[in-house]
Amino acid sequence: MLKGRHLIEPNDFSLDEIESIMQLADNIIANPEGYSMVCKGKLLASLFYEPSTRTRFSFEAAMLRLGGEIIGFDDPNNSSVSKGESLGDTIRTIECYSDIAVIRHPREGTARLVSKFAKNMPIINAGDGGHEHPTQTLTDLLTIRKFKGGYDNHVVGVCGDLLFGRTIHSLVKMLSRYQGVKFVFISPKELQMPENILNLLNDGIYKETTNLDEVIGDLDILYMSRVQRERFVSEEEYLRLKDYYVLDKKKMKSAKKDMIVMHPLPRVNEIATEVDDDPRAVYFTQAKYGMYVRMALIAKLLGVEDKNDKCI
Amino acid sequence: MINVSKLKKGIIIDHIEAGHGFEIYKALHLNDIDDVVVLLKNIPSKKMKQKDLIKIETDMQIDMTVLGLIDPNVTINFVKNGEMCKKIKLTLPQVVNGIMKCKNPRCITQYEDVRGIKFYLVNEEKKQYRCEYCDAYTTFIEED
Repeated sequence: MLKGRHLIEPNDFSLDEIESIMQLADNIIANPEGYSMVCKGKLLASLFYEPSTRTRFSFEAAMLRLGGEIIGFDDPNNSSVSKGESLGDTIRTIECYSDIAVIRHPREGTARLVSKFAKNMPIINAGDGGHEHPTQTLTDLLTIRKFKGGYDNHVVGVCGDLLFGRTIHSLVKMLSRYQGVKFVFISPKELQMPENILNLLNDGIYKETTNLDEVIGDLDILYMSRVQRERFVSEEEYLRLKDYYVLDKKKMKSAKKDMIVMHPLPRVNEIATEVDDDPRAVYFTQAKYGMYVRMALIAKLLGVEDKNDKCI
Repeated sequence: MINVSKLKKGIIIDHIEAGHGFEIYKALHLNDIDDVVVLLKNIPSKKMKQKDLIKIETDMQIDMTVLGLIDPNVTINFVKNGEMCKKIKLTLPQVVNGIMKCKNPRCITQYEDVRGIKFYLVNEEKKQYRCEYCDAYTTFIEED
């Protein structure tokens, strides 16, 4: 039962609960009109303390496509935060008006903190600093499910900024719960996967390398990520590392015929635009699935999915 | 050698690593109680070469969590009617509530007034704990 629950990190939900979200997403993709009014009369608070295009738009589009409505802000300077209000007070106030809230914040652990203040309003973490981004993980899972047929026994290459990449932290924690998944972590030494994530993985299920060319042929899934300027204190360090990996047509020649290339987007230089036409490049479809899976998540947390009896 | 008379009732905190005695004295807020408290520093010890020791003539409850963090090797002896009635050894607590601060500069607890932060033990040898909010590891180090 997901009604009334918070989603702060992927491990908040069991594999069965995640499967139920995926099945609902499948149903919504098959029959979007059937779900177009299930959230009628419901309000989603969209609290973006940090810039976002895809995540904010996909959440807002998801709520609107379910027949619900949205309140919120995408610039904290336009809210009481600029007057020095605490997060706890903000959430307790918003709970008076909203049925569900989505929060993105640059500080790590924010979503967990605000979830302690929300008594009757589900909180969805839409990214907290370099920590977690669980709804991107749901997006990634739906994409893997659609293109690879399931989650077990894949060799997953994760490439780029593994230190600050919150989408990566959430995805690796999630995929490690499935059978036979192996990881190849590809990053410069300065941006390696943090100790707290590696400690969650069993010995022998991952290896670390700095060389993408050497391992690309072994991969079933290549998950590329952007080196994030906003996470660096030193601009010089960012400039040195930002183009460390560039996936291009030449590299793709060494990859398996059925490997898929994923990316949480936005992309900067890490995937050359010439790769976009390769059928293995699925990142724009992945972005589309993000909206459907968020529709499923909102419907589940509000407990309204059964309003469409024909589709369940 | 200074002699301190035998305790009739209360608690003896023994085998404190030399130099940690005052930390424990402060952490237990012994300054705030009206009972007799004795802190002995740098006592010669066969096992430890030097140790600290605290004697408290009281019925007060001790917060084991604090002691386990500052010096998990201490021994606590409970004394009743002049006799040792119970002896316990401490280990590092699995969960620490409200004593530690997260060292991650990007953690929300550095910016908001968050009380009672929980930390979960991940590595006993390194005294490493995981923050319940940001999951970053923090090593427990006594404050100056």
